[in-house]
Amino acid sequence: MARKLLLENINVPGIKSFNVYRANGGYRSVEKALKTMSPDDVMEEVKKSGLRGRGGAGFPTGMKWSFLDRKSDKPRYLVCNADESEPGTFKDRFLMEYIPHLLIEGLIVSSYSLGSNTTYIYIRGEYRWIVDILENAIAEAKHNGFLGKNILGSGYDLEIYVQPGGGAYICGEETALIESLEGKRGNPRMKPPFPAISGLYNCPTVVNNVETLATVVPIINMGGDEYAKIGVGRSTGTKLISACGHMNKPGVYEIELGLPVDEFLNSDEYCGGIRAGHTLKAVVPGGSSVPILPAELFYKTKEGVARLMSYESLSEGGFASGSMLGSGGFIAMDETTCIVRNLWNFTRFYHHESCGQCSPCREGTGWMEKVLHRLEHGHGSMSDIDLLVDIAKKIEGNTICPLGDAAAWPVASHIRHFREEFEYHVKFPEKVAHSPFAHSVDYKRELNTVLQ
Amino acid sequence: MIKVTIDGVETEVEPGTTILNAARQIGGDLVPPAMCYYSKLKGSGGKCRTCLVKVSAGSAKDPRPMPKLVASCSTPVQDGMVVQNITSPEVLEARKGVVEFLLINHPLDCPICDQAGECHLQDLAFEHGSAKTRYEEERRSFDKIDIGSKIQLHMTRCILCYRCVFTANQITNERVHGVLNRGDAAEIGTYIENVIENDFSGNVIDVCPVGALTDKTFRFKSRVWFVKPMYAHRNCDKCCGKTTVWMKGDEVFRVTARKDQYGEVEDFICNDCRFDKKLASDWTVEGPAPIQRNSVQAQNKYLQGIKVDAPKNIGYGNISDR
Repeated sequence: MARKLLLENINVPGIKSFNVYRANGGYRSVEKALKTMSPDDVMEEVKKSGLRGRGGAGFPTGMKWSFLDRKSDKPRYLVCNADESEPGTFKDRFLMEYIPHLLIEGLIVSSYSLGSNTTYIYIRGEYRWIVDILENAIAEAKHNGFLGKNILGSGYDLEIYVQPGGGAYICGEETALIESLEGKRGNPRMKPPFPAISGLYNCPTVVNNVETLATVVPIINMGGDEYAKIGVGRSTGTKLISACGHMNKPGVYEIELGLPVDEFLNSDEYCGGIRAGHTLKAVVPGGSSVPILPAELFYKTKEGVARLMSYESLSEGGFASGSMLGSGGFIAMDETTCIVRNLWNFTRFYHHESCGQCSPCREGTGWMEKVLHRLEHGHGSMSDIDLLVDIAKKIEGNTICPLGDAAAWPVASHIRHFREEFEYHVKFPEKVAHSPFAHSVDYKRELNTVLQ
Repeated sequence: MIKVTIDGVETEVEPGTTILNAARQIGGDLVPPAMCYYSKLKGSGGKCRTCLVKVSAGSAKDPRPMPKLVASCSTPVQDGMVVQNITSPEVLEARKGVVEFLLINHPLDCPICDQAGECHLQDLAFEHGSAKTRYEEERRSFDKIDIGSKIQLHMTRCILCYRCVFTANQITNERVHGVLNRGDAAEIGTYIENVIENDFSGNVIDVCPVGALTDKTFRFKSRVWFVKPMYAHRNCDKCCGKTTVWMKGDEVFRVTARKDQYGEVEDFICNDCRFDKKLASDWTVEGPAPIQRNSVQAQNKYLQGIKVDAPKNIGYGNISDR
């Protein structure tokens, strides 16, 4: 069995309640940090651990914390980003739903390190029932003296508030999240200034993902150096992966970074392999916005090196033949999946979720969605395929926030790796037009017969 | 003062100046176009992405180039920064893309649009766009609505620059309109069909870069190039009273604020001056207004410095080769 840090006690009955959580070693890190460590010590431990943001970008958390403007006399805020809306990603939901005190504990330690006396959990509106779970956990922690005034006699005060959002994907972008938290329309802000200088209510702010903040707990418990020993290279520690798709055992798994992808997908301990009688066609390894990988490039990089579940290994080869670990939304597809339909579905999502602030994303996502709709329903032409690549290229990098990139990357990569499938849709419109779901055909063979 | 080089031209500007304003201080062709940035409105800019430029050296201290193209209207210059605008093919390509994006949902009804002839989008499309469209799908459309007795909102033409929202926020007493919905369904709206009635509300017409907000007292009265802009003034207790009146003979067709060479209002004017003073006797005419950049008034100068590649690209309605 691999080492579990976050989900160590997940199978203990009643772990949701404070007493059971405490009896299983919960809130040790709060005692350790508040009684024996200074805020800077906590930050040093996080820096030493090499923890990287678990929300998708993989930015080193310790470095992010060190950018926080500690000199200004304004209050400082920590905001927990629980607006988990990426298609394919559901790890934070699991964490908050089944072991909410882990997040609260991580928030207390992190807030102490950052000097935040008011910390917010911004949670997506669709997680309505989790709001109650978290508020219940906060009330329990407060009742037992881990929140409120003068925590454990250390003189440190902290209040945590849960704020549900309206259910927009864009509010997971940190500056849009801050706008939304302030009660405004959730439009991303122009950067600079970065939130570390001027964020929530123009005060220095750190926004971190749920899993990132929860991971602070084992880091403080075991020490940053010890934590850094887990994993491979610059990808340290463990990561929650939410696996879904055509596999035998979809679910949330905690893995040590550096686990071979083959083992993750095919061993019985994790996903349990692709469903019987089918073969793997493609994998989206980190949530819908990262580039897709065909099976052969998923198991091995272009150079023939076996891939590992780590930030570096999955991005080996750049966007031409690699992908990203992203937020850990692992989607596996077998050969019955229609790639065009899958891309249309992704693009429809980004079209729906674009905030409409800057023009390339507002107009481009809708355009791509319409062209893909046409292709999928058998009304496309060959030039549409190149058109899609060109639109994606013109959106990428030209928008205010990363949503434009997130919409463009799947389009570019789906066409790069599965162009023949798009051509099949153009050549055989009658075959794709009436099929509501996947088209289980060997695209290469069918096309070759026509071309000969 | 800090040094910045734009397209090989070196200049010195105050710290905190944006790249766009530094370029405007130099002037000429290297000024990036701006559809949403408005120097008089705080917080505007960054949205339309037409002013994207390439920063090939971040500063003297850290001469690494910036990884992405940046919006010049909201990026402050650093000492020793080197910026490429029209000398970078990458920038021109991106700008062409942005123009295409702005136009796909624009109705292109210039022949019946009151803004035609002084429309920023027309100029932008003329300078940076392509004469052909690759967009075959249905365009987004909205019903026209009256917001107040003097202003009409034709949302179909809007490019969502947010200028009118900033204007209402910063110039008028209260803002009753804003952006509703999101993505390409986003629209400027007064929730619900509210009326914009306050002394300076008419300025939203002047700041609108396209024909989305038009003056109902002028709608369909005349094309802008048939009326002559004259500087005029009157004693007004609400505003500065300095305006441009658009006249044909002795008849005043419309009144607007005076605009500078970038099409930006010099002084905001009140609704009395704009909508109600339509007699020549109301005004003291100073003389002809200087010809503005965004006006077909500049007829003969219109082609200067612009490379036209339109004729060879025009599709003549041949749909098959789109």
